[in-house]
Amino acid sequence: MEVNATDLERRKFLTLATSVIGGVGIGLASVPFISSWLPSAQAKALGAPVEIDISKIAEGQKIKVAWRGQPVFIVHRSPAVLNSLAGMDPMLRDPNSDESQQPQYAHNEYRSIKEQILVLVGICTHLGCVPLYKPERDSVEAGWQGGFFCPCHGSKYDMAGRVYKGVPAPKNLPVPPYRYVNDKILMIGTDT
Amino acid sequence: MKLLSARIKNKNSVTARAMLGVMGGVFAVGLLVGVANAEQAAIPLLKAPGDITDQASLQRGAQLYINNCLGCHGLKYERYDSIAQGIGITDEAGNVLDKVVKDNLLFTGDKITDPIVTAMATTDAEKWFGTAPPDLTLVARVRGKDWLYTYLKSFYHDPSKPWGTNNLVFPDVAMPHVLVSLQGIQEPRYVKASVAGSGSGASAAGSVAEAGGGTTEKAVIQSLELVIPGTMTLEQYDHAVADLVNFLSYVAEPVQVKRQHTGALVLVFLGIFLVFSYLLKREYWKDVHH
Amino acid sequence: MGSIVEWIDVRYPMTKMWREHLSEYYAPKNFNIWYFFGSLALVMLVNQLITGIWLTMSYNPSAAGAFASVEYIMRDVSWGWLIRYMHSTGASFFFIVVYLHMFRGFLYGSYRKPRELLWLVGMFIFLCLMAEAFFGYLLPWGNMSFWGAQVITSLFSAIPYIGDGLVEWIRGDYNISGVTLNRFFALHVVLVPLVFVGCVGIHILALHHVGSNNPDGIEIKQHKNSQGIPLDGIPFHPYYTVKDLFGLAVFLIIFFAVVFFAPDLGGYFLEAPNFQPADPLKTPEHIAPVWYMTPYYAMLRAVPDKLLGVMVMGASIGVLFFLPWLDCSPVKSIRYKGWITKTALSLFVISFFTLGYLGMQPPTSGKTLLAQVCTIIYFAYFLLMPIYSKLDKTKPVPDRVR
Repeated sequence: MEVNATDLERRKFLTLATSVIGGVGIGLASVPFISSWLPSAQAKALGAPVEIDISKIAEGQKIKVAWRGQPVFIVHRSPAVLNSLAGMDPMLRDPNSDESQQPQYAHNEYRSIKEQILVLVGICTHLGCVPLYKPERDSVEAGWQGGFFCPCHGSKYDMAGRVYKGVPAPKNLPVPPYRYVNDKILMIGTDT
Repeated sequence: MKLLSARIKNKNSVTARAMLGVMGGVFAVGLLVGVANAEQAAIPLLKAPGDITDQASLQRGAQLYINNCLGCHGLKYERYDSIAQGIGITDEAGNVLDKVVKDNLLFTGDKITDPIVTAMATTDAEKWFGTAPPDLTLVARVRGKDWLYTYLKSFYHDPSKPWGTNNLVFPDVAMPHVLVSLQGIQEPRYVKASVAGSGSGASAAGSVAEAGGGTTEKAVIQSLELVIPGTMTLEQYDHAVADLVNFLSYVAEPVQVKRQHTGALVLVFLGIFLVFSYLLKREYWKDVHH
Repeated sequence: MGSIVEWIDVRYPMTKMWREHLSEYYAPKNFNIWYFFGSLALVMLVNQLITGIWLTMSYNPSAAGAFASVEYIMRDVSWGWLIRYMHSTGASFFFIVVYLHMFRGFLYGSYRKPRELLWLVGMFIFLCLMAEAFFGYLLPWGNMSFWGAQVITSLFSAIPYIGDGLVEWIRGDYNISGVTLNRFFALHVVLVPLVFVGCVGIHILALHHVGSNNPDGIEIKQHKNSQGIPLDGIPFHPYYTVKDLFGLAVFLIIFFAVVFFAPDLGGYFLEAPNFQPADPLKTPEHIAPVWYMTPYYAMLRAVPDKLLGVMVMGASIGVLFFLPWLDCSPVKSIRYKGWITKTALSLFVISFFTLGYLGMQPPTSGKTLLAQVCTIIYFAYFLLMPIYSKLDKTKPVPDRVR
């Protein structure tokens, strides 16, 4: 089967053109399949922001709520605790939370919008266990001023969720996005 | 911003009621029953008007559904927010208007992201109706729009039934005529018909009279006539039912419009591919055909 | 690039396979439209596998959750509706393609020696396809799914002595239930697909070993040139890869027109009663299998005895296995056969379509009689073939393809 030069050019062009169109087609066809892996409407509904009434939390008390399958701690801190936070800095790996995860409105000395109410994602930044709330003095070790203690590998955090030096966990406990609907109601999971 | 429709105004006055009562056979719904072998032959279905892209219609239908149907029938495969999104209760950016939904469609303690579930417990429903009212998310795919439209217009007064009503399209249905206050009360108009074969069991439609030999004389319903009007005129009721059925048709498959749009694009693309693949084939096959 | 190929070839016969099955597999040059359906069947298999696997990512195979999970796929999963419709439409199109593929065999004697084994493997694949469709149809757990499975599994009770026990064993319960659903899910997603793909591999290897038949029924290997290449052969690649690509484009337009504009196809591809969840207490008005099984269902119902009906239905597929030995004509292709064969084949086609139609209808005495007549015609096509294929006049078959 003899083919002359122009035919070859035409063949090359048509083969290329058809291949490109075919390739685009395969690319477009893969969009639904890849897209289907995104969170479904049901996942989004289940992961919707959670409203919490914080008016009944006593001073020194911590409550735990679920948001997107994660435990979120809400702690009502006393003024004394708030005052003690600055003194913790030398013992902490990241006292100014520069390397840790929190929204910009929680990037302050109390790591919260309102000073007394602390909102944290209760997942240890080491390997993901849920730390224990240990507010009492000396309850973890001598000189303990209150905070969180992770029983899995011994990581320690202060009453603003900031991680101690010399423990396995690398970062402070994260602060999730949240906002105040009003003085009594907290909405966790969204800033808007 | 899409606005929900205004309430239907009550136009009826005492005079209008009297006139309608007098004009007996004129305003029949016109459902003529084939008077052939059957007891009550299949009702020819009316064509349901309605355009699934008419969002105002869908919103009116949604409101009718929530106010009249949700008490017994759930739409559990859909959520409030996804319906709101689909029927246009959104702002320009496409975000659902939560407040509008809560004021007009969401009257229970459910969240806007929750599925649209009826409050009626199945056990209670079975006690009251004999059978639990079915979830209606998919009813338009099971029965079809025309069936639903005709069904909602075909309730008539039947003192022998527990709720006092029966339905031409679904004989002996357990559902009462929920929209009776809107439509009004229809009475059946019978006509005598010769039915082949000996009389079988009593028909819901009328009495059976033995005529001996091979045929039976039976009274079958020829048409329904509105004798006591409701708060809507006939035309308004037709529109309301059309809206409701349009809404149900949307809920059964919310993606249908998007499906067709995407399909048009896909077919255009495949058309281009067809042209090139044909040219490629023809070019190579010149070798074979010389 | 060339050295990568060499590196692989030392360790795996990649180039050898490419040559043997594509660039130096010589296929007859006179393939017509009937020869598209093999490659299209392969495309449909890939479609069902990919869309099917994606569906299992979101589907819940429990009696309580199955129906709702399908609606979840249709509404909540991003593009889930499209994957679902591609799968449901794909099932029906798979059967259309396979029926046309088999019919090509009837036309051109593709089952004749030396291709008998190719035909038998193909028939086994057809059995797998029907099993796969039957198991898959239960999975949406709609009311027709439930009752269709109930009716078909109860057919086995017709077998004497072991029948009732067998039905219970198949169902895993006293009725179709979540137990049945779970096991049909395993069969549909894992067992049958594995067997299916394996058999398709054997099918293609068997074909390539003897070479393809063609519309003239001539063996092209009988006339080769000095290099051993059949004179009427052309390399599969590029000529048939390019032609099949064009055929694919036409097919995809039809396929996606249905997917996007009529996925229910008037209730034939997605049945209306199946949009209601399974209800063991309420049978749908008409129980009918999906359209592609209705011819056999019509035959089952046409026979007044339950066991005989099951046997006739089984025999209607079983007789196809014997086709290579029933056709005693001296020529392969219908192009060179006489009017008897052409009439017989036409009657067969008419009766098959009629049976398919009748299988969808509620039975009446008139329809049952017609189904009986058509069943007889259907079997007559095969059982009388040894006689009429010898009696029929044939035309002389040319040496070389047209």
